[in-house]
Parts: sequence; C-alpha cells; structure tokens
Amino acid sequence: MEKALEIRNITKRFGEVVANHDVSMDVRRGEILSVLGENGSGKTTLMNMIAGIYYPDSGQIFVNGQEVSIRSPGDAYALGIGMIHQHFKLVDVFTAAENIVLGLHDKGRQDMKTVTAKIREICDRYGFDITPEQKVYDMTVSQKQTLEIVKVLYRGADILILDEPTAVLTPQETEKLFGVMREMKRDGKAVVIITHKLHEVLSVSDRVAILRKGEYVDTVETKDATELSLTEMMVGKKVELNIDRPLPNNPVKRLEVSHVSCVNKEGVKVLDDVSFDVYGGEILGIAGISGSGQKELLEAIAGLQLVSPDSKITYFQPDKEDEPEALVGKNPRKIKELGISLSFVPEDRLGMGLVGSMGMTDNMMLKSYESGRSIFTERKAPKKLAEDIMTELGVVTPGINTPVRRLSGGNVQKVLVGREIAASPTVLMTAYAVRGLDIGTSYTIYHLLNEQKEKGVAVIYVGEDLDVLVELCDRILVLCGGQVSGIVDGRSTTKEEVGLLMTKRGDKQ
Amino acid sequence: MSAQNKTKDMNHTGEPLLRMAKRDGVSLKKKILIRAAAILLALIIDALFIVMVTDLNPIKIYGTMFIANFGNKLKFMWMIRDLVTLLIVGVALAPAFKMRFWNVGGEGQILMGGLAAAFCMIKFGNTMPSWLLIVTMVVTSVLCGALWAFIPAFFKARWGTNETLFTLMMNYAATSIVACATNIFRGDAPMFTTINMGTKAGWFPMILGARYTINVIVVIIFTVLMYIYLKYTKHGYEIAVVGESENTARYAGIDVKKVMMRTMAISGAICGLSGMLIVAGKDQIISTGSADGRGFTAIIVAWLAKFNTFYMALISLLLVFLQRGADEIASAYGLNDYAADIISGVILFCILGSEFFINYRLIFKGGRTND
Repeated sequence: MEKALEIRNITKRFGEVVANHDVSMDVRRGEILSVLGENGSGKTTLMNMIAGIYYPDSGQIFVNGQEVSIRSPGDAYALGIGMIHQHFKLVDVFTAAENIVLGLHDKGRQDMKTVTAKIREICDRYGFDITPEQKVYDMTVSQKQTLEIVKVLYRGADILILDEPTAVLTPQETEKLFGVMREMKRDGKAVVIITHKLHEVLSVSDRVAILRKGEYVDTVETKDATELSLTEMMVGKKVELNIDRPLPNNPVKRLEVSHVSCVNKEGVKVLDDVSFDVYGGEILGIAGISGSGQKELLEAIAGLQLVSPDSKITYFQPDKEDEPEALVGKNPRKIKELGISLSFVPEDRLGMGLVGSMGMTDNMMLKSYESGRSIFTERKAPKKLAEDIMTELGVVTPGINTPVRRLSGGNVQKVLVGREIAASPTVLMTAYAVRGLDIGTSYTIYHLLNEQKEKGVAVIYVGEDLDVLVELCDRILVLCGGQVSGIVDGRSTTKEEVGLLMTKRGDKQ
Repeated sequence: MSAQNKTKDMNHTGEPLLRMAKRDGVSLKKKILIRAAAILLALIIDALFIVMVTDLNPIKIYGTMFIANFGNKLKFMWMIRDLVTLLIVGVALAPAFKMRFWNVGGEGQILMGGLAAAFCMIKFGNTMPSWLLIVTMVVTSVLCGALWAFIPAFFKARWGTNETLFTLMMNYAATSIVACATNIFRGDAPMFTTINMGTKAGWFPMILGARYTINVIVVIIFTVLMYIYLKYTKHGYEIAVVGESENTARYAGIDVKKVMMRTMAISGAICGLSGMLIVAGKDQIISTGSADGRGFTAIIVAWLAKFNTFYMALISLLLVFLQRGADEIASAYGLNDYAADIISGVILFCILGSEFFINYRLIFKGGRTND
C-alpha cells in the first residue's frame, strides 16, 4: 500500500524533557492506524509536529514521498493533513459554517451559499447530523466533535489525525464515530487515532504503532494483537489487568444527599434535584459524560459550591450516627472544625488540590497549616508526611521542595492522593483519580481506594472509563445533564447499560 | 554535493530562522555568567553611544556615574537615602503582588500617608510634645495609607471590581486631595514652604549627621520583618496560596476575601508609613510630587526580586545607582537629560533582558539543538 505519511528520526525536547526521541513510523492510504501509548509517552507531541503546532528539533517528515517542512497548521492543511484535537477549537457564538470557513484565505468574496452546499455534501456523504446554520453553543459534545471532523474534511484533508476522540463520547457515540472512520478509510484516506483504550484499538484499527516514554516501540498488525500483548509493549513489562472488588463489609450510611440543585455562573442548572446515599465500606462510582454535574456535585459535598436553599447534605459521624450534621452552607474549614474528615481529590489537581509553585512539604500544609496557636507555620510534621508519601507511593521528584508543577502527572496525583488518604478520612471523594496516569500507577490508585474501602471509608469515585467503573465500584450512579438517570449495581450491570443511562435525561426536563 | 548533504540542506531551508526553547534548572554559575555578560554588553553599547554621539571618553563617564554614588560620604549617604525610600515601597507592595493583587495605587497610598503626617505636623506641631506628635503622625499615616488600599480591596472582595483600575484611580484622587490640602495649608503665603521651619516640630532628629537615619533603620527592620512575614507565618502562607490559585485557597478553607482585604490593608499601611518617612525624615514638606513615581518603580522592584525583600534591596540599589548616575553625568558634562537617560536605560535594558536568556535559549536556523 502507498505511504501517505512517513516520519523519520523525529526528536523533540521541551527543556530537559525529551518528548519524542528518534521516532520513525509511517501511515498508509486507506488504513486506520492507532497510535497507542500511555499518557506522557509522546503521542500528542508527535502528532502536533505533523499538524504544524510544534516544529521538530531534528528529523524528517515525508508526505506522499516528498520531504516537507511543516511550520504552521496552515502548512499542514496545504499538505492535506487535518488534526482533530482533544480540546475543541471552536468559536461558541459562531455557526457551524462560520467555524468551518474561519481562517481560510480564499480569494474574493466568501460566498456562504456555496460553503453551505459543500458542507451539506460532506455531511450527507458520511451521515453527519449537523446543520451548517447551527450555533456551536447549541451543540452536544459529540456534535462539536463532528463539526471538527467536517472542518478538516472541508479543507480537503486526506490524512486525518484524531487525538483521543472517544474520551468525551458515550459507547454508542463512539461506535458511530468508528463507523465514520471506516467510511473514510474506504474513501482512501489515511486515518490516525490516538488513544490509550485497548479495546478501541482492537476494534477499529488495521495497524497499531506503540510509543513508550517518547520512544517508538513497534508497529503491529491489529489482527495479530491482543489486549495483553499490546499492554506489555506499551508498559514494557508484564501486567495484571484485574481489579479487585472485595464485598462491602457491613456498610453504614455515611452521607445522605437529598434534592441537591445548583446553577452555574451563566444561570444554567448544572445539578437538578440530585439524591443518593453513600455508605462507609463501599465504593460508589459516578459515571456521566464530562460536564454532567460531577464536578459541582463533589464540590457541593466539600462545601465549595453554592447550592439552592432546599438542598440537603447530611453527614453521619461514625459511632455517632444518631447525631447527623448538615453540611450545606458550611465551607471546608467549618466542616473540618466539626471533626468531619472529608478528603477530596479534585479534578483540577494543580488548580485546586495543590499549589503548583510549592514543593511537597508546603503542599502537605495546605489543609493543616492553620492548626496551633502560633502565628508561624509549622513545617516539621508536613515534611515528615511528605517524606513518607514519597517513599510509600514511590513519588519521583528531584527533591521534596521541588515545585510539584514540575513533576509528571502521575507523581502529582500520588502527592495529592497520598495527602488526602493520610488525613484518615471517613469520606474520600476522587474525581478522575487516574486521568493521565500510566497503567501501573492507575492500579496503585485502585488498590489504595480498595484499601480505604476495607477500612470502612465511604469512597466516591468519579470516573470516565466505563470498563474500570464496572469492575471497581459496588454501585454506580449515573448523571446525565445534572440529573440522576440511574443508580445500578456494579456487579450486575454492563458497560452498555451505563452508557445508555449516560444519555437518558430524567423525565423532568 | 552528496545526496545526504542535500537532504540536510533542504531540511534547513524549511526550518524557521529562530526558535525559542524553555530551559530550566540553570546553574547558579551560569546565571551569574549570563548577568555579567549582560552588564558587559551594556557597557560596550553605551561606550559606542557615548563615543559616537557625545565624543566623550566612556571610561570617564562610567567613572562619574560611580562617583555620583560612591564618591564621598555625603553622596553615598544620599544614595542610601534614595535606596531605602524606594525599598520601603517595594516592601509594602510585595505582599499585594505576591497575592497577585495588582496594587498600582502605591503612589496614592504614599501621598495619603504623607499628607496625614504633614497635617499632624501643622495642626499639633505647637501643642503636642514631640514624641507624642511623632506617634500621632505614625498612627494617622498608617491608617490613611491602609484605608486608601482597603477601599479597592473591599470593592473587589464584595463586588469583584478590577483592582488595577480602582487603585490607579485612587492615585488621582490622592493627588487632587494633596493639591487641595497644600493650597489650604499655605493660607495667604505665596507658596507652601517647609513645614515648621522654625520649631522643627515633627521632624526626625539628626542622628549620625542626617535626619533620614531613622528612615534607614525603619526600612531595614521592615525589610527583615516582611521577609519573615511572607516566608514563615501563616498569613504569608495564605498569601502565597491565594496568589497561586483562588480555587486552591477555597479548597484549603482559606477565606479569600478576608485575606485579600487584610493583605491590602497591610500593603497600604506600609505605603502610608513610607509617606510619613518621606515627610518627617526626608523632605519636611508634602506636595503632589512627594511620592515621585516610587509607587510604580517599586512594582518593578517587587516583581524582579520575586518578592524576596533582600533581593529587592539589590534591585533598588541598581535603580537608584543608575538614576543618580544619570543625573550626575547630565550635569557634569552638560549632556542633555535624554542622553543621560539613554545611557542608564541601556544598562537596565540589558540586565532585564538577560532574564530572558536565563529562562530560554535560542536555536538558530540549522543550529545545534542540544545546547
């Protein structure tokens, strides 16, 4: 088969970090190539160089056999390369058509009629459900992604790169996207999909290129690969892919959330009459498309989110279950002063859970610095804690005072999770606890959560990977558009059932 | 040309002419080397400028700049006086800027503090014993400065107003109030002159041959105290967290609004105090020019030192050295003020520019990429 794109000996550094080292690979016409690798393995950096976002430090890129120099996304488009980024690059107040022509420098007057006609043609061909006149703010996440795809097709791209396109989609939407990708393949386009989800790799691609720690490992035919063989190539060693799920041991009601609603700054209802109970000794999973109210729900429990007046969140202290405490209207400090040990690993680690410019010691102080009467801060105990976490969880850092911003995502997460668990919580809330972590670290985190569960802690696990949710959690609450669309038993449910609930709004619309 | 060379050349024709790459973990030795190179470069550029434009001997000009600051005891003391006057404002602004609260209202806070001190000197100069007068001056100037900074902080905490615009406008208000007050103070006199010229009430006493000795001592104390406050106290920790991320601060249970208002009150209080030091220890008069732009220059001082008050002293030294040096060469050689400013400006530009090379390195077309 003809090579659409070939890269040779590409190296890219950011400061001291080598993001890609001497990577060579090729993409053929009429195939779907998966680029597989853990977070931080350099997949996105590599693709960004092909799309003109970064410029390689050394190495060559060939398109259709010709050596090229891609210095900007414009250069990439001119060569027929289009990239669909993980974070959409759309103007909310523009229509689909306006977004598509944005940045095009066609000579003469822009004739929206022909533009619209051309867009319709593309949509009909692939069965896309967007209309050119629709405004972006009216679109669902899946529609926005479709629009990004139409955008690159409109510009005549025949090499398409999709960066983790399924991260924001439900299983059903993912299937639809894969259908579109297969259609493009039949049209003779070269399609590259970046992902770290193994089952997707196996179901959609023809070949898989594997990256590990910035280096190219190998390219294999998908039909010869299995989940296990791919994982081993990706991680570099044998791994066990089973998550434990011990039976809950004598669960006790720890938290009662009832009729919680709240609106965001724009006045949109992000939580709508949410009610559920959380038990000590179990892991309650929370599933939903991103932005369905997960963040607001956890923040409401933690005392960081203003909720409507009739919302009730009640906490039952162990051994004092008959003296419930109302949490609504209390900020994190007041909650702590009540003697409630609530630990929270927020989604935005460096923007909420930690202070990026501070070292581990100072970050340990974040939730305990005000204890004691002295006007001065006490650093001995936090330093000890930081050292303990470093050794126990294997945090890789140049030093205990190195700003945590400079650590890798996995290590940042270990620092945060370590601190929250060290507070011996009775309720532990985690938002996307394994996002951006490699497989080994993810399993460490699952293990830590199970440990807490067995200690009788009520664990809330907001997750995005449905495979993990149905393997790890005792119960799964599904949010859709700020409403609870179902609470299912983790042991008997399936991924498909959860996926369907994720798109099913409650009846009060 | 071999085939291999050809591809290499082709590659380079497409490469951008100049690229930047971030670098971290620059060794101390390298940092010092880069800065030394910057100063050397500045001196060379200035020498060229001096020779070409003024036809003077650059070595002599540099000598004069040095003598202007270190030439004799009096010049040295004046330099120290100017240094501490700038430094105390930097110390005052440091907590606000560390909290990422853009307090560009230092100028107004200084003026309000100075005005309060001047008012006390005029009103109570003849009635209060001198120790009580000084205490009253300190208290009122600190309160006035703190109030002037607290108002924008309160509005920001309460209604989310923009602090940069608000503090800036407070400067104009303060300038107008001072202009109005001096007109009232002078009464029928043709102009407002030195306050309490005869009684010297409210003037700092002469110590070691200078009235501003107390200023120097006070500024040294505040420089040390502010260093400790920011680095070792709970308040300092809260300021650092709020400055980094308000969400993290809320997560940690910090009352962001309270910290904001408290820190601005402290910032303004020290600015107010510096106004009092200017009036009592340095000028013995208040005017709209009493702050002399220090409220703005001190922002540079605070940021460049990354809020470390000891580095602030070094940066104040540099700025004062250049300013005094420029003034001296302008008068000594009959140079145009602008020419003198260009000479000191080039030095400042090179030193500030060297920070870029400490944080980034440049890769030229076809250049080697691994440093």
